[in-house]
Amino acid sequence: MSEQVFEATIAKDQRIEPRDWMPDGYRKTMIRQIAQHAHSEIIGMQPEGAWITRAPSLRRKAILLAKVQDEAGHGLYLYSAAETLGADRGDLTRRLIEGRQKYSSIFNYPTLTFADVGVIGWLVDGAAICNQVPLCRSSFGPYARAMIRICKEESFHQRQGYELLMTMMRGTPAQREMVQDAVNRWWWPSLMMFGPPDGESPNTAQSMAWKIKRHTNDELRQRFVDMSVPQAEALGVTLPDADLRWNAEREHYDFGEIDWSELKRVISGDGPMNAERIANRRRADEEGAWVREAAAAHAAKKQEVPA
Amino acid sequence: MSFDDAYQALTDHDDDARWAYGTGFADPLAGVPTELPEGVDAADLAAYCLMLGDDALILSHRLQQWVTRAPELEDEMAIANIALDLLGQARLLLTRAGEAEGAGRGEDDLAYLREAAEFRHVRLVERQDEHFGHLIARLLVFSVWRLALLDRLSASRDPVLAAIGAKGVKEVAYHREYAAGWAVRLGDGTPLSHERMQAGLDAVWPLIGELFEPHEVEQRLPGVAIDRASLRSEFDAVIAQVLEAATLDRPTSAPSSERGHGPELAEILAEMQGLARATPGGVW
Repeated sequence: MSEQVFEATIAKDQRIEPRDWMPDGYRKTMIRQIAQHAHSEIIGMQPEGAWITRAPSLRRKAILLAKVQDEAGHGLYLYSAAETLGADRGDLTRRLIEGRQKYSSIFNYPTLTFADVGVIGWLVDGAAICNQVPLCRSSFGPYARAMIRICKEESFHQRQGYELLMTMMRGTPAQREMVQDAVNRWWWPSLMMFGPPDGESPNTAQSMAWKIKRHTNDELRQRFVDMSVPQAEALGVTLPDADLRWNAEREHYDFGEIDWSELKRVISGDGPMNAERIANRRRADEEGAWVREAAAAHAAKKQEVPA
Repeated sequence: MSFDDAYQALTDHDDDARWAYGTGFADPLAGVPTELPEGVDAADLAAYCLMLGDDALILSHRLQQWVTRAPELEDEMAIANIALDLLGQARLLLTRAGEAEGAGRGEDDLAYLREAAEFRHVRLVERQDEHFGHLIARLLVFSVWRLALLDRLSASRDPVLAAIGAKGVKEVAYHREYAAGWAVRLGDGTPLSHERMQAGLDAVWPLIGELFEPHEVEQRLPGVAIDRASLRSEFDAVIAQVLEAATLDRPTSAPSSERGHGPELAEILAEMQGLARATPGGVW
């Protein structure tokens, strides 16, 4: 394999596999992209995981527990995909807890009520699906294949979240208020999940050339808005944007200006929950160290004594 | 379903409930005949179902508290899986209890609206884990006991309990294997892990007496309920095998057969029931 073969593979829309030759920049970018995605799955367990023990029915408890377990599975699957490129799961985890690698800034917002569980399913998982569906065609084979399975499970989670909101909207006035309040708090952060505007997204061009990104941030964001508006109407909630309206000429919804300073603040570590999310992950890692050491010590003993 | 339309498809239909599948059956006992066996006292059967159901419900709660705290991602998945299995068992057993009782109470009424004194689980499941060694010790002891119990329950005269037993055997066989595997790794791992695994075992050991102490509800349900005392020899044999492989000592403390609940139950119920009780008339 050589650079020409790599370029030709990309040009033909075929997959790069772990043992193929690839430019260092491609390898580094893929490791970073996959690791950030894996970190997001693992940190993303926290906001909803906090509601498992408090879920208000056993059915919702089972749904939520299974969902959070799926996220652990996605994380595991993605760390394994990163390992095909020579990364190490333990090392990536250290980078996360030392703040050297990022995760999706959406998980730095708090989950204040049980309606947040539904809204995370509907909007946050929905935005994630918009971002991730095109990645099922990523040029890096292991990531593309992981994304197919992950997108199927994410769609399932999204529908479950939407179904919870539909159910709550048929409940008491207090429950309907809870849903509206959660939508008000999560709508703008969900739009920020697509990243900075195209003009300020320096890596987009290279990533699109390498076919590890298929649409620009603004394209995906517009798509998400267009799909979400009728869903909000069906649900009976208002999206908190006075400038949101159909533009017949563009055949898209116009929407208001996003507060980019907030996104920058949250990405740079100053969101409402950044410190706590990382502290929790760090504590789990530190408190589990003796267990992992024991497993390694036991495995070493078993190797010394042939069965 | 096309991938590109996954999100769009949300409002394409009006049957949202199907997406929460595996959770909200119109017939929660899946078509198993539900009439009471002859000569069985309905109140006793309901009480027995609550005993087995509450054991699963409360231990599941303790395992749910480990979510996002596990030492490794594989264990994150395993612990959540075990918690889900036990929650599933609890749901079936509480549903059967409500049905036997005949007062129109469902699984959620029983889980969320009973007071502490009405819960019937063994004290073993209440305890808070201080570290992973405690989690494994309790899970080992509990799943060795429960597997022996469910295995015998699958021959119960009550068709629902028999079906729950048969389903649960497959699940708890895995729970036992998971716990035994970690007991061996920790016991025969590092000096620190050995010490913590032994400490976990020592901590739960005083609570095992109740697991084998004959219970009056069981005695009034011959052929339906399992006599706990009969589980002792299988329990002892399996535990001895695990402890030997794990280089652990069988604790010497005398098991207490005392029943009842400790102050930790109030904390568990406050956490589990708080939201449901704070939203009267709420639908979820």
